[in-house]
Amino acid sequence: MLELAQASSKASLATQAEQAPALATLRLITCGSVDDGKSTLIGRLLFEQSLILDDQLAALERDSRRHGTDGENIDFALLVDGLEAEREQGITIDVAYRYVSTKRRSFIIADTPGHEQYTRNMATAASSADLAILLVDARKGLLTQTCRHAAIVSMLGIRHVVLAVNKIDLTGFDAEGFAKIVADFRAFAEPLGFKTLVPIPISARHGDNVSQRSANTPWHRGPVLLEHLESIEVAEDNSGQPFRFAVQWVNRPHLDFRGFSGEISSGSVRPGDEIVAAGSGRASRVARIVTADGDLPIAEAGDAVTLTLADELDIARGDVLCDPKHRPEVSDQFSANLIWMSDDKLLPGRSYLMKAGARTVPVTVTELKHRIDVNTLGELPARTLSLNEVGLCNLATTTPIAFDPYKANRSTGAFILIDRATNATAAAGLILHGLRRATNIHRQGLNIAKIDRARLKNQKAAALWFTGLSGSGKSTIANLVESRLYGRGVHTVLLDGDNVRHGLNKDLGFTEVDRVENIRRVGEVTKLMTEAGLIALCAFISPFRAERRLVRELLDEGEFIEIFVDAPIEDCIARDPKGLYKKAIAGEIKNFTGIDQSYEPPQDPELIVGRDGQTAEQAAAKIIALLVERGFIDKIDDLGDDWSI
Amino acid sequence: MKQPASPHLRRLEAEAIFILREVVAEFERPVMLYSIGKDSSVMLHLAQKAFFPSKPPFPLLHVDTTWKFREMISFRDAAAQRVGMELLVHINEEGVKRGVSPVASGSSVHTQVMKTEGLRQALDKWRFDAAFGGARRDEEKSRAKERIFSHRSTTHAWDPRNQRPELWRLFNTRIKPGESMRVFPLSNWTELDVWDYVAAEEIPVVPLYLAKERPVVTRDGALIMVDDERLPLAPGEVPRMEKIRFRTLGCYPLTGAIRSEAQTIPEIIAEMRASTTSEREGRLIDHDESGSMEKKKREGYF
Repeated sequence: MLELAQASSKASLATQAEQAPALATLRLITCGSVDDGKSTLIGRLLFEQSLILDDQLAALERDSRRHGTDGENIDFALLVDGLEAEREQGITIDVAYRYVSTKRRSFIIADTPGHEQYTRNMATAASSADLAILLVDARKGLLTQTCRHAAIVSMLGIRHVVLAVNKIDLTGFDAEGFAKIVADFRAFAEPLGFKTLVPIPISARHGDNVSQRSANTPWHRGPVLLEHLESIEVAEDNSGQPFRFAVQWVNRPHLDFRGFSGEISSGSVRPGDEIVAAGSGRASRVARIVTADGDLPIAEAGDAVTLTLADELDIARGDVLCDPKHRPEVSDQFSANLIWMSDDKLLPGRSYLMKAGARTVPVTVTELKHRIDVNTLGELPARTLSLNEVGLCNLATTTPIAFDPYKANRSTGAFILIDRATNATAAAGLILHGLRRATNIHRQGLNIAKIDRARLKNQKAAALWFTGLSGSGKSTIANLVESRLYGRGVHTVLLDGDNVRHGLNKDLGFTEVDRVENIRRVGEVTKLMTEAGLIALCAFISPFRAERRLVRELLDEGEFIEIFVDAPIEDCIARDPKGLYKKAIAGEIKNFTGIDQSYEPPQDPELIVGRDGQTAEQAAAKIIALLVERGFIDKIDDLGDDWSI
Repeated sequence: MKQPASPHLRRLEAEAIFILREVVAEFERPVMLYSIGKDSSVMLHLAQKAFFPSKPPFPLLHVDTTWKFREMISFRDAAAQRVGMELLVHINEEGVKRGVSPVASGSSVHTQVMKTEGLRQALDKWRFDAAFGGARRDEEKSRAKERIFSHRSTTHAWDPRNQRPELWRLFNTRIKPGESMRVFPLSNWTELDVWDYVAAEEIPVVPLYLAKERPVVTRDGALIMVDDERLPLAPGEVPRMEKIRFRTLGCYPLTGAIRSEAQTIPEIIAEMRASTTSEREGRLIDHDESGSMEKKKREGYF
């Protein structure tokens, strides 16, 4: 019977040459719980479309004997599970892409893992898919995983779902059991807003209702799987979508040509159309739509083109060109769902990189509203997100970006977060909306600027940031420096880690999350102090590079002076001015930097002090010299360094 | 030039162009690996389109194992001249000195030294931070899970368990000093898509893909073409003329030919649709054992 199926599908492939596929490529994902038979289903589809070739079949038969889970029969899953490790474990650990063409349509199938810890891969595959096949084991019914996957599929904007109730043969082709699973799923999926939901009873192993209607399920009136996939129309009505074009690359072969290369994200454009650059609001008209095959009269979503404009606008990579009557939101604060994808937890307040369209900007999560339980869609309180968790957040970028809500536009509403230390992709983000407080609270223009306030004091504003281990001498040196500055008539303020924790930050502890928030607040206070034209001295352990960089970026260029107080930990322990090391080593204090929490030394500080037995006085003198050299304070020749003490 | 025939091919073309542009915008020293095969021909053609009217702002790199067919080398030089791009050729001279060859050393040592090590040497020599390759996910099982932007450590190692997720078209291109990225613009193309595109766009390919009478011998069941005196004949082995062509072009004693009558691209496509063996069947290096490609990739083979 299998031979027959193969022979007949080969005949159908032979006619393929004469017929171009009627519908555009369908990108789909398969998901479901472990052992629901996803890989088997794809292997079955490939086999029945005669896409398993002789040498592959020979290798498959060999592998089936070695690793197979189906006795003497061919285990189709082995064809799809590519990497050696997962073949040994018997689970799919990553996303695999498969390519199937029938005479009616081409398919790109992403096979995604069902194992709980790999949910991020499912979201990855879903991000570019139009349709999802959700597999359910007919004997087990809906599982937590099924609901989780349905929720992620919906969140990532897939509007078409096939509920494939697999292993129907093992229930004796039970119509009532099938009906119950379908009813359960419809009840769960009701709020998920799927446009189509088609349930099909199948057996991936034996081929029932995969590409041929099964005689075993006379009660099934719906389509069989392949028939449905070949005929479903998923292209949304794009004609109504507003024009969006993210500039990927400025094309400048010579002085007489300046074009903007990129792919049209949505809508369409013709020469003569008015456009604006979303960020600056500057307007022009499209002059030409340039391609290597000649200029085009119109370009639509998905076309890779080069646009030239009628006017010289200052446009760079990352700018978004759009329809002036339907502009995207432009804001530096917005609300979004985050799907966390990294082993390192989300730290609200920490600076990440955000890539949205062709633009990459620093961003922080300013508030984690709640975590979303993707099994129940309920809201849970949370202070962080771990791998595979989903949460609703507010985010703030350092410069405004142009975007649309993800629901309205999957390409201008999506972003990824990148960990600045490891370069790992930390999260996927789906924008809900801009925050009104960012759109409506415009910065108040002030008559007196920082430079005016500083000039009155005959100085330039700066932040001296002392970082180092507890007991390294940060506060001692900062105190000395401040005394000397005071003696020179310089206006200063000193922010000390311990003191701040008695007031402003008394609600914070010493976990990673709290340390990040501690420094974020101190950074904001430091910024206010420099706004006042002061030289702020800040003594904080501040163990993480990312937060020190965050403060650096809050301030103006050149204002942040990082001073690494680099005393060896043995000296700090020996000195132990507050008796804290003793307690930490005894295990009485948790999260103590240098003992059970790491300290990330600065990579390129403005100054390093405290090495090679350098005294606090010598360190202070070096710092004063640096301030003079950089023009923050005046040089005073006739005063000795020890004058003030 | 003509427009590609189907919406399916147009979508693949636009995706590849997007990837090519993204690399040029985000990396400092990109390079395109040019292996002379049909996939390289398609990639080179897409590069002309992606940056038009500019020339592609990167050079081509060929890692020459010294065992390419003569027709491939002349095609390579002509192709680079036609598009006006700089062509860098690297040969692992140390391997040549050691006398490594597929005949003397066997296929796996030859591939390791002349291809894998040669590629690493070349990337280090010119300090490229991104390299385009023409690999497709449909070629082999372990490639089905390869990313489009595939991260390599400072030692060019690939860690399949620690790959960055790729969502939407938002490619994470960040690397640390010394690390690099392999980028595969044809990831989502199938062998048939490549030939359909070659036909639609009239892209020149090496004539070895088309059937012709050529001198061959049979070894381990594979048809090996006798290109020149580099292939020593066994005692009593006499080359005979047969009408053959190649589905894939590697180093010549390692690449088996197929008997064929297909003398035009449409005839190749027709023959392929009726075919019952996969493309890499002719490549002797993949047969060592199942999972062998994955092992090579971890070591830095493309």
